[in-house]
Amino acid sequence: MHPAVSVIFFTVTSGAGFGMIFLLGLGFPVDASALRVFFVALVGGGLAVAGLLASTFHLGHPERAWRALSQWRSSWLSREGIAAIVTLVVFGIYVLIWMMTGSRQHFLGLLAAIGAATTVFTTSMIYAQLKTVPQWNSRLTPLVYGAFALGSGWLLASAVGTHEAPELWGIALVVLAWGAKWFWWARAGRARLADSGSSPETATGLGFIGKVRLLERPHTGENYLTREMVHRIGRKHAARLRMLALLLGGAAPVVILAIVGLSGAPSLFNLLAAVSMLIGLLAERWLFFAEAEHAVSLYYGHR
Amino acid sequence: MTSLPASTGKRLGLVIDLDTCVGCHACAVNCKEWNTSAGASPLSDVDAYGADVSGAWLNRIHTFEVTPEDAPAQIVHFPKSCLHCDDAPCVTVCPTGASYKRPEDGIVLVNEDLCIGCGLCAWSCPYGAREMDPVENVMKKCTLCVDRIYSETLPEEDRIPACVRTCPSSARHFGDFNDPESTVSQLLAERGGIDLMPEMETRPVNKYLPPRPKTRSQPAAAPATVSAPVPKADGFLGWLDAALDKLG
Repeated sequence: MHPAVSVIFFTVTSGAGFGMIFLLGLGFPVDASALRVFFVALVGGGLAVAGLLASTFHLGHPERAWRALSQWRSSWLSREGIAAIVTLVVFGIYVLIWMMTGSRQHFLGLLAAIGAATTVFTTSMIYAQLKTVPQWNSRLTPLVYGAFALGSGWLLASAVGTHEAPELWGIALVVLAWGAKWFWWARAGRARLADSGSSPETATGLGFIGKVRLLERPHTGENYLTREMVHRIGRKHAARLRMLALLLGGAAPVVILAIVGLSGAPSLFNLLAAVSMLIGLLAERWLFFAEAEHAVSLYYGHR
Repeated sequence: MTSLPASTGKRLGLVIDLDTCVGCHACAVNCKEWNTSAGASPLSDVDAYGADVSGAWLNRIHTFEVTPEDAPAQIVHFPKSCLHCDDAPCVTVCPTGASYKRPEDGIVLVNEDLCIGCGLCAWSCPYGAREMDPVENVMKKCTLCVDRIYSETLPEEDRIPACVRTCPSSARHFGDFNDPESTVSQLLAERGGIDLMPEMETRPVNKYLPPRPKTRSQPAAAPATVSAPVPKADGFLGWLDAALDKLG
């Protein structure tokens, strides 16, 4: 699949933003000064909004994006849009009351947390629902999206909030998230298009005669399908990118958190861990798209 | 509404005969011509006369080589357009309601005014039946020539999809699969129909008729052995024959 920068940026930043909203809604401690609360909420909400805005850039008609809120009965993309907006509104009210009264409305916070979790889940289901991409079509996909949202959200929240010694939790969540991704990668290695039961033989229905091979494409150039779904250029540096994702997204944050935790440095340094993890996640998300094999490639002689 | 109808009145679709298709691409060309001039918006191309030609087509002809275990390879031309699936995933994933399946005849269509061009429907289709229009930025797909088949102004014989009308080898047939008397139903009963990628559980309406078995040539008989005695030469040839024999 073609790794669109806007969608990669969207899933990573909105994941971190909603991860942070989830934690704040559940009562992640923040020093009570209204300015501090505003700043913290701005980081979480801002990332979520920035991600959502980025996602509209890959639309052919961004000005019609509001129409995407209508088909929640059948469409995960529609559900995501609604969940994101409802969550942001509830979270906004929660933060406003918190800033004005200095006390947190636990029920509203819980609603925002549930909304944030729902949003990340619906995002992941946009990909996990697709039978045409066997590597995505797994329950592990929502698990990985959720775990990364929680991990990166925790790192951000721990940097700007006032949690007592958040580093240990941070390390645990980062390790757990990459553990989930490790399982996802292991499954993806076994769940390639060739393993899925689809083949040039089933794609053409000609398997009853013999072995099927594409002799000639319909045209000499590229088309929307080959650019979007038979995209293979992005896989060129897969091994290196995977290493980069693990180093920047996993190892570096763990080391930074350990140093901050052991040295007693201010938690603000956890921001370095958060930024490193987000950059690593951009590489991870690039591979999520670039390495995915779409069934339509069977009609174009590829996998 | 992007929920699928439980059932549709008619099930209009195509039967494509892989036995008679000659791979001439006339169906794709006529499809492009009709749909660029008669649809809601043109079916666009970019750089049409340049080095990097690209454009949206609703019908594309692939060519496959099929090799049986015990016979030489054969060529199968393979036209592919929207299969108007009963369980069309492209419809249910659509966030705006632009993509829909008509309850009256089962045709899957895109309302271009509602389409935001997110591309998710194309991702959900295993067959590559949908292509983004590079100029209009909305999703395009086969309409089963909905503007021809119900036309009241076109001559009667033209009220079939453009691809069917133009096919010179009658490899394409149009009709209602819910009507057992229709040409398409009868062809299916007679020849059997292939579903593309049934494992995707899309339940395609369009069916492909399998190529008929090829006549297999018999293995060549062993060359006839010369058993008749070679006639004895005399005169000069007899002398030459004897002399050459002596040379060994």
